[in-house]
Amino acid sequence: MADHEFGFETLCLHAGHIPDAATGARALPIYQTTSFVFDSADHAASLFNLQTFGNVYSRISNPTVAALEERVAALEGGRAGLAAATGMAAQMLALLTLAQNGDHIVAARTLYGGTYSQFAVTFAQFGIDTTFVDADDPQAFRQAIRPNTKCIYAETIGNPQLNVLDIVAVAGIAHEAQVPLVIDNTLASPWLCRPIEHGADIVIHSVTKYLGGHGTTMGGILVESGKFDWGNGKFPQMTTPSRGYHGVIFHETFGDFGFTMKARMETMRTLGPTLSPFSAFLLLQGIETLHLRMPRHCESALAVARHLSEHPAVAWVNYPGLPQSATHELSRRYLPRGAGGILTFGLKARARGGAAAGERFIEAARMMSHLANVGDAKTLVIHPASTTHRQLDDAEQRAAGVLPEMIRLSVGLETLDDILWDIDQALAQAQG
Amino acid sequence: MALIDDITGLRRILLQSRTIAVIGLSGSWYRPSFFAAKYMQDHGYRIVPVNPACDEVLGQKCYPTLREIPHKIDIVDCFRKPPEIPPIARDAVAIGAKVLWMQLGIRNEEAAKIALDAGLDVVMNRCVKIEHARILGGLNWAGVNTGIVSARRPG
Repeated sequence: MADHEFGFETLCLHAGHIPDAATGARALPIYQTTSFVFDSADHAASLFNLQTFGNVYSRISNPTVAALEERVAALEGGRAGLAAATGMAAQMLALLTLAQNGDHIVAARTLYGGTYSQFAVTFAQFGIDTTFVDADDPQAFRQAIRPNTKCIYAETIGNPQLNVLDIVAVAGIAHEAQVPLVIDNTLASPWLCRPIEHGADIVIHSVTKYLGGHGTTMGGILVESGKFDWGNGKFPQMTTPSRGYHGVIFHETFGDFGFTMKARMETMRTLGPTLSPFSAFLLLQGIETLHLRMPRHCESALAVARHLSEHPAVAWVNYPGLPQSATHELSRRYLPRGAGGILTFGLKARARGGAAAGERFIEAARMMSHLANVGDAKTLVIHPASTTHRQLDDAEQRAAGVLPEMIRLSVGLETLDDILWDIDQALAQAQG
Repeated sequence: MALIDDITGLRRILLQSRTIAVIGLSGSWYRPSFFAAKYMQDHGYRIVPVNPACDEVLGQKCYPTLREIPHKIDIVDCFRKPPEIPPIARDAVAIGAKVLWMQLGIRNEEAAKIALDAGLDVVMNRCVKIEHARILGGLNWAGVNTGIVSARRPG
């Protein structure tokens, strides 16, 4: 008899956690411990040899963190996950497990600014070269691939451009080149899009955003699909005895979760950006209501986008759920349940100019919080040109998709009328 | 007596079996067969190595073939390439084993039919260690998606 397939909502509540073996505790216990005792010298040796599953030291694994890892892996339809202190750390672990000095990455140009800097500045210092391409043109990814390319990297929904990726097309190009497609699915969350179903091989999240959902806790995760053929000859680090782990051959020994084991036992163990058990508990608590929060984020964001589109003070609105959005068709295909909770818009340039009006709009907000985050339960607002992208000149900002008048809203779960009220009163003040 | 691929069936096999003959068990500690056999031994199973190249593995006497094992075997666990499985299946039937288990990456329909026709359970393309850890606890600590949803304690 085939196993019963549990629905997404059930997995949000149950995946990765069954009642505690020792106590029967129904809620997830917080294993706030650095280390775990060995039963015997032989047990210790087996653990260090990876011959048995178990916990040694919380930098490498911890039962509370593992519950989060399994839950997100289940929600993404993946084989295994590895959590990290932040989304940036999770992404670093994935990429440093894939690529080393002399290797190359092909990445979308419209990435979150922190990711862009991690690749363009930090990885460049490690001798890993990145070519940034137009994410809206799948052929651009193909043209940038070199013999030493180790992956293609892109976001389901670009930040802050909000362009939706043609995942199937880009996955096809990656697989033609025998490299994995790595997708940051943070802004969509697995409730809106499960990139593995469209051909992605590794999915990254800043769990800080919609998964955690409450703006309390930093966290990140990588999820492996279990479908990529690491034995294709391009990844000797997976198929030859590991120098970092005394001769283990990760692909042969751990099969379809060998990449995650290598990322855990080598990259995480030696670099150490571990998620704390308490953070994992808080993030997991958030995930339990992901399926209830995401529909509301999407409904309210669409309502706000429509409202702004009709407002005389607004020059333009960018939301993938609006028909005029450049990637609306892709949004309908990959995000059929809703286009997410984030939108950008620009104020009409009057006497003071769009950028100044944008700053004034932010200052006039009363309920919307002015801060540098997205995916909180509360509505957030920011003016990228004067904050997150302030260091760039006008031309650089435009290249990054940041227009001087652009305001980014992360639409929260408050009463919709209250969100619209705050927007309207702030628009009135910005015009004054 | 069936092809077993679901959690309930795999759990039954793992709980009912005590003795596992491991065909192709290597004496090298970093080989997957050694990983799996050591894990099962550590979890209370009697491991019987079958490998003509060895005298003893994991402290257990090694036999050249299944037919030379003088005692009862529950699971015949195969770390051999698919074309080598049908004769092993015939041996498994001959010695009265209860389960023919082909490891991760190994499938052979002919061997499965031989075993099923003789009333054995058959598992294909699964690792005995990973399934034990998935269903009876341990694999979840490695962040692996076990597919287990339950309101009961593990076991």
